[in-house]
Amino acid sequence: MDRRDFLTAKRRKKPVASSQASRIITSGINPYSGPWTENEIVHLLKRTMFGAKKADVDYFKTKTVSQTVNELLNPTAPQPSPPLKEYVTATTVGAVPDTNILQGTTWVNDINNDGTVQSQRIASYKKWWTGVLINQDRSIREKLQMFWVNHFGNEAGDVGNGNWTYKQHDLIRQNGLGNFKQMVDAITKDISMLRYLNGYLNVASAPDENYGRELMELLTLGKGPGSQYTENDVKEAAKVLTGWQINGTTYTSVFTSGRHSTVNKTFSSFFNNTVIVGRTGATAGQLELTDLLNMIFATQEVAKFIVRKFYRFFVYYTIDATTETNVIGPLADIFRTNNYDIRSVLSAMFKSEHFFDVLNQNCYIKNPADHIIGSIREMNAVFPAQTDWDTNYGMWNFFYAYMVNTGQNLNDPPNVSGMPAYYQEPLFHEIWINSDSLPKRNQFTDLMVNTGYTRNNQKVQFNLVAYVQQFSNPGNPNDLIDDALKFIFRNQLSYESKKTIKTQILLSNQQWDYYWTNAWMAYLSSPTTANFNIINNRLKSLFQYFFNLAEYQLS
Amino acid sequence: MKRKEFLQKSIPAATLLPALINGYSVRAMGAESPLVQALMRGTTDTDHVLVLIQLSGGNDGLNMVIPISTYSNYYNARTNIAIPQNRILPLGSSGTGLHPSMTGLHTLHNNGMMKAIQAVGYPQPNFSHFRATDIWMTASNSNQEVFSGWAGRYLNYEYPNFPIGYPNTNAPDPLAIQIGSTTTLTTQGPAVNMAMSITNPTSFYNLLNGTTDPVPDTPAGKELKFVRLVSQQTQKYSTVIRAAANAVTQQGTYPTNNSLADQLKIVARLVKGGLKTRVYMVSFGGFDTHSVQTNADTTTGAHALLLQRVSDACKAFQDDLQFLGVQDRVIGMTYSEFGRRIKSNSSVGTDHGAAAPLFLFGSKIAAGVLGNNPDIPANASVNDNVPMQYDFRSIYSTILEKWFCLDKTVVDGLYPPGINSQLQSLPLFKSGLTCNVTTPPPDPAFDAIITNYPNPFTNSTTIKFHTEGGHTLIQIIDTLGRVIKTLLERDYTTAGTFTVPFDAEGLPTGVYYARLQNGVTQKVRPMLKVR
Repeated sequence: MDRRDFLTAKRRKKPVASSQASRIITSGINPYSGPWTENEIVHLLKRTMFGAKKADVDYFKTKTVSQTVNELLNPTAPQPSPPLKEYVTATTVGAVPDTNILQGTTWVNDINNDGTVQSQRIASYKKWWTGVLINQDRSIREKLQMFWVNHFGNEAGDVGNGNWTYKQHDLIRQNGLGNFKQMVDAITKDISMLRYLNGYLNVASAPDENYGRELMELLTLGKGPGSQYTENDVKEAAKVLTGWQINGTTYTSVFTSGRHSTVNKTFSSFFNNTVIVGRTGATAGQLELTDLLNMIFATQEVAKFIVRKFYRFFVYYTIDATTETNVIGPLADIFRTNNYDIRSVLSAMFKSEHFFDVLNQNCYIKNPADHIIGSIREMNAVFPAQTDWDTNYGMWNFFYAYMVNTGQNLNDPPNVSGMPAYYQEPLFHEIWINSDSLPKRNQFTDLMVNTGYTRNNQKVQFNLVAYVQQFSNPGNPNDLIDDALKFIFRNQLSYESKKTIKTQILLSNQQWDYYWTNAWMAYLSSPTTANFNIINNRLKSLFQYFFNLAEYQLS
Repeated sequence: MKRKEFLQKSIPAATLLPALINGYSVRAMGAESPLVQALMRGTTDTDHVLVLIQLSGGNDGLNMVIPISTYSNYYNARTNIAIPQNRILPLGSSGTGLHPSMTGLHTLHNNGMMKAIQAVGYPQPNFSHFRATDIWMTASNSNQEVFSGWAGRYLNYEYPNFPIGYPNTNAPDPLAIQIGSTTTLTTQGPAVNMAMSITNPTSFYNLLNGTTDPVPDTPAGKELKFVRLVSQQTQKYSTVIRAAANAVTQQGTYPTNNSLADQLKIVARLVKGGLKTRVYMVSFGGFDTHSVQTNADTTTGAHALLLQRVSDACKAFQDDLQFLGVQDRVIGMTYSEFGRRIKSNSSVGTDHGAAAPLFLFGSKIAAGVLGNNPDIPANASVNDNVPMQYDFRSIYSTILEKWFCLDKTVVDGLYPPGINSQLQSLPLFKSGLTCNVTTPPPDPAFDAIITNYPNPFTNSTTIKFHTEGGHTLIQIIDTLGRVIKTLLERDYTTAGTFTVPFDAEGLPTGVYYARLQNGVTQKVRPMLKVR
């Protein structure tokens, strides 16, 4: 479907923007040299990973800012193993059952064009990705993967093939911390992209402009004030991109020279009137694509556009003139100077004074994955052994469904522009929170605290007693609350609020702290069900209450 | 008043349809649909209200309801804190009296609206604040671990699928409201808490005025304020609470500097404003008086002040209920997790004890004293406790049966096994109290979610449930909150309605819950096994 149709068809009711706040931030990209405490580490981890686990925060306490960022940007863990066939093969009459592969083995290398099988694989892929997020390594890899999948913005449901979607996911995964220009080159020939933005229909006789347009508008140049490409540039780019097709039996892209436009392509003054010479033969497509990307990436705009996008995803959504001058421009220079090396620009951003500026802390509205996956990770929820794929995929599916329910469908954004929270003015991140999603977010944490989710007689739930046991002094109700809030909140509560909550919940309205201490010590010395329940009942109320406060929605 | 009239008279129609039903879009489940209406109908029709007043810390009952007829033993046991005999406010000719600071409750008694019940407790008393509080809230035995509250189980019986589909036309209001505290175990149902909590009076007035606590003028403050506003707007009962509160422009006078009075004032306002909420809980702390319980003049000091506040607040509340014309719909009950030891300690205080008196008040309460003055030994030792005369669960039972009009079989089923046979029906209410119970006819549409037939049942019953397809799980949970059986777990390829038998042969009689988990929803259906 054409993107414009989508935009008109799926346009949302415009919500009311909240009031403006003062935000005068003058800090730039000089390396941050301030305090390196739990506060800063939690800030960094919540933005670059899903949730800040205490174990991870402790790990980075002994490192410097620079060492920490370097480590986050240089993952050493192996990439996750591919999704498994956990579904039951469809047996619809006339269907092509995927009998080639056994349950519990991966389907990603098996060619199968049956619609039912592919819809099962798309579902399987999404469960798998949810599991990957939950089991993420201690690096930026998975958060960045979400960023790039959002950037390239394919709707898996539209593409209709789980293998293709997985291939694209893997392509992005292999390039996420690599070279942006190379990633765009590869994604241009990716079969899922060819399908989604009609590249496979783009022929010399009747060029289809869809991908050429989005390549400029959404993937590289953007529509910033300095981005002055013309409609004719879109048409000429479309001609450059003619001839690419999808081989449906090998799941690879092919270049068919007979479908390629061999004329010279002439661009506007924005591109210094570049002429891309028309080529013929088997190498024409790649040669001209390289020329096209060289031309686009020679402008100043690509780096600025991508840096702004990083900024809105990782820092905050407001980019005023000062930020543009002090942050976006200098980071874009770094991106360009380093020949579009992604790691270099992210390194500068995450190490900067600006990133750690107090005004950029605590203000990020969690996206559904931050909320759901982040909660699961921060609370150390325990899942069955990896070998029990049936139970795990079922559980991952439940959490995937909760993300959908609260507004984020992995790999299925509302349209080609990706998640509106990262581009839609003026609300941006506030789009995530509305009268439908907020109660559901609360319902999710309530559920995880109270009943959890049960499958195959196994339950995944927040174990609050174990959670607070990782703190130094859980027998002291004040320390317990302070320590927990260090990790789960960014905006700290007032002394008065904490005192009220402590008294009402942990002390069951008693005046003396030692009643909690005694209950805690009683459990430690004799962990009977009765003693466990006394403290667990109160911790359940406490955390349910915290999770329902507005503070929990911010990171 | 019949419930229909009550509804029509009290609730402006426009307030009945909030945009969302507990986070479920109206389009998914229209509040006007017969299905939702059937689900939401309370099983029993009543406009009665219970206000639970929790006195946290373990109230020294012996200095609150004081034995006059056995005064010398009382005095000898606690010379350093005993109330002088001539200062005790006598409760008629019962040989029992009130602490001199409790003039308000004394007046209520003399006006025929307050009953003191002697020595309320339970077998094998527990002296831990936490455990004892949990026992009072869950109504369990001392040795039972129960994960739901007695009022939560009652409300879950009345509104089986809460919160799915709430609020709605038939049940537009919170089922229970906790003021001055976060939600407690008392209203915890088998799966979810049935109460809405209003942390403190300030948050109540914030809700009424649409304001939130101040935030800094920073991006973080901006976003926090934004989320708080959405949160307030989507607080599913904010509309009805605002409407109820705003419908009441004049109230009686309440004492100042009395947080219990502040809370009760809100309760009176909401009751008068037309909320159909059946249970309100308020709390008032500071009763853990191990030391300096009294001044040298034992009629004054910390405990005297606490009792005075309780008494003044209850009196002002009852007067306000009369003023507002809703006195016949409301009863109040005070309770504390335990009483204190008969013998005082040398630091002019009392240590954790066992049974203690409690008060019931309201225009429908039969005034007087129930029970006898506790037996106090002539030479009380440090370990002597007031022996129990009435099991607190007999009071709950009587309230559920007489005030909330539940069938005795149902009431008995709401308790954990082993308790129901010991419970008494107590003479708490004035004669002539009637219920006007009308049990609504069953609606076939109800079957579309999860139900069972027959119900009540003797040995087995058939559970009928609707799945939207996909992973579907049905668990059986007992009143202790334990999953005792996984009845069904499978993946359905399509949506549909199915049945599964539940064989309860060999299980004790009482309430069981069938919990359906399908996709992101879960629902709990109460089932009653009878002999």
